[in-house]
Amino acid sequence: MQPDIAPLTANGDAPVAEVILPARSLRHRVLQAFSHRSLLAGTVICFVLVVVVLAAPLFTSADPNLQDQFSAFAQPSGAHLMGADSFGRDLLARVLYGGRTTMLASLYVVLLGGLVGTALGVVAGYFGGAIGFVIMRLVDLLLAFPGILLALAVAAVLGPGLSNGVIAVAVILVPVYARLVEGATVEVLHLPYVDAAVTLGASSWQIIRRHILPNIASGIIVLTTSWLGIAALWIAALGFIGLGVQPPTAEWGAILNDGANYITVAWWITVFPGVFLALFVVGVNLLGDGLRDELDPTLSRNPGR
Amino acid sequence: MTTYILRRLASIVGLAFGISILVFLIIRLIPGDPALALLGTNAGDPSLVARLHAQLGLDDPMPVQYARWIGNVLSGDFGYSYGNQQSVTSLLAANFPATIQLTLAGLTLSLLVGSVLGVVAALRRNRATDTVAMGFALTCMSIPSFWLGLLLILLFAVQLPIFDVVGGTSLKGLVLPAVTLALGSIGFNARFVRSSVINAQQLNHVITARAKGITGVQVFRRHVLRNALLPILTIVGLQVGQLISGVVIVETVFSRPGIGRLLVQAILSKDYLTVQAVVLIIAVLYALTNFAVDLLYPVLDPRVANR
Repeated sequence: MQPDIAPLTANGDAPVAEVILPARSLRHRVLQAFSHRSLLAGTVICFVLVVVVLAAPLFTSADPNLQDQFSAFAQPSGAHLMGADSFGRDLLARVLYGGRTTMLASLYVVLLGGLVGTALGVVAGYFGGAIGFVIMRLVDLLLAFPGILLALAVAAVLGPGLSNGVIAVAVILVPVYARLVEGATVEVLHLPYVDAAVTLGASSWQIIRRHILPNIASGIIVLTTSWLGIAALWIAALGFIGLGVQPPTAEWGAILNDGANYITVAWWITVFPGVFLALFVVGVNLLGDGLRDELDPTLSRNPGR
Repeated sequence: MTTYILRRLASIVGLAFGISILVFLIIRLIPGDPALALLGTNAGDPSLVARLHAQLGLDDPMPVQYARWIGNVLSGDFGYSYGNQQSVTSLLAANFPATIQLTLAGLTLSLLVGSVLGVVAALRRNRATDTVAMGFALTCMSIPSFWLGLLLILLFAVQLPIFDVVGGTSLKGLVLPAVTLALGSIGFNARFVRSSVINAQQLNHVITARAKGITGVQVFRRHVLRNALLPILTIVGLQVGQLISGVVIVETVFSRPGIGRLLVQAILSKDYLTVQAVVLIIAVLYALTNFAVDLLYPVLDPRVANR
């Protein structure tokens, strides 16, 4: 059984014939990496969005939660660049501050899901045996639920709210990370230098920290970027349904929910936050594609580029 | 072959058992008294609370509760939805057809368009057509489906009233939700089909066939497509899960009757028995789809059965 939305790495080009390359300096490798078009584009998009959202007070002096009945449904204009919503709140401010919420929440999702999943995967892969068996069967079981169903079930039990939404989406990621990390751990477990470390009397914790984690890190990084975009989509989806952020907090999905209610009167509430959300996800996906090509050439979509 | 089927069958039975336990726990994990949560506004009536306690057997040990619950479920009884004033089973029956219709339409659309895009991109690999097709695919995957749905409503409800926008299960009302549902999967499929075809093109016998001077079309049809089909079959299984996730959103956006919208409304109104039933049914259907895909593998590639 596999996850319903496979990470963007689900891409099986034939391994490129191995070329022995001379050791390159870090600077050279970074420059090389940015010659990769999608990596460059993704980095630029994400960087600009993060800066814009963090520097929100520079772009608008409006309070995202300040209601003003006189400007309710104000069209985009000089006073309200993106218009105003049904409570007369400035949409530009809501979109920018809402971006902080969505981006930060999706970051928490991959951190939380990634940490728990990685820990489970390393334990299952390193120790194996009964613990490994139980963990991996649990992972199979969680993967048997289509992603959003799992998140909705968790959200149903925990109740609405942003932190509960983060937990609900993170639960989807746990089995995905655990499965990848378990496989990668088993692969490096019997390499000669790990055996050597065992022989020299290193503790399990030392071996995991110094020999296993660094070697599976690139896979984890690629997975994290691939899932960051999906996490943002799901956080926004929960907000849209009404299970994520609660009013009056601004969040892209929640603003879109507002937009849906007034779609025939005020198109701007629907259009602007969606553009930002889509841009963010495009940026993260491009970044993920590029990182995958750079860090994991066997999965490269365009070998030789 | 028989052992292969039996092995798959055993694993799906195990999986279904696991799923049922998790779903059973949904209600038991709710903080506080589940009976009070289920009754909602009626929770003030002690006789009703006591009756529900007895009905759900909340005072029995957990395994006994589970056994009774699973027995009821297997005989088609999911309990009573206090919010909707009818049995959960009849709610499900009323909402299922619309969802099936939408999912099938979405699946057809995403497989057709995704495959065509992927094959074209693979055949024109690393050229402009490829870049455009893959750029389109990435865009499809990145656009939030609920936002796309809203944009379509905006365009077609406000500007060009060609399609029915909200509610209804008419064919005209199916177009916009199906497109919304399929778009993300189209992107995913296009990327997947492209890499499957490229992989198959690099197989030795395909290169040999080409070297022998067999025409491109024939090589593609007889050698490349056959080898590319196996990985593509896998995504049909994945796809169903992805579409189900999408259905929840799309039905909500378009206010379309169906299982997904039922689930969202049940969660918002704390109608936990309905939540439980919908989650259980979707998860089991998803598992069955993947089981069917597993059974189809050995038909396409006999080696699978011997692994």
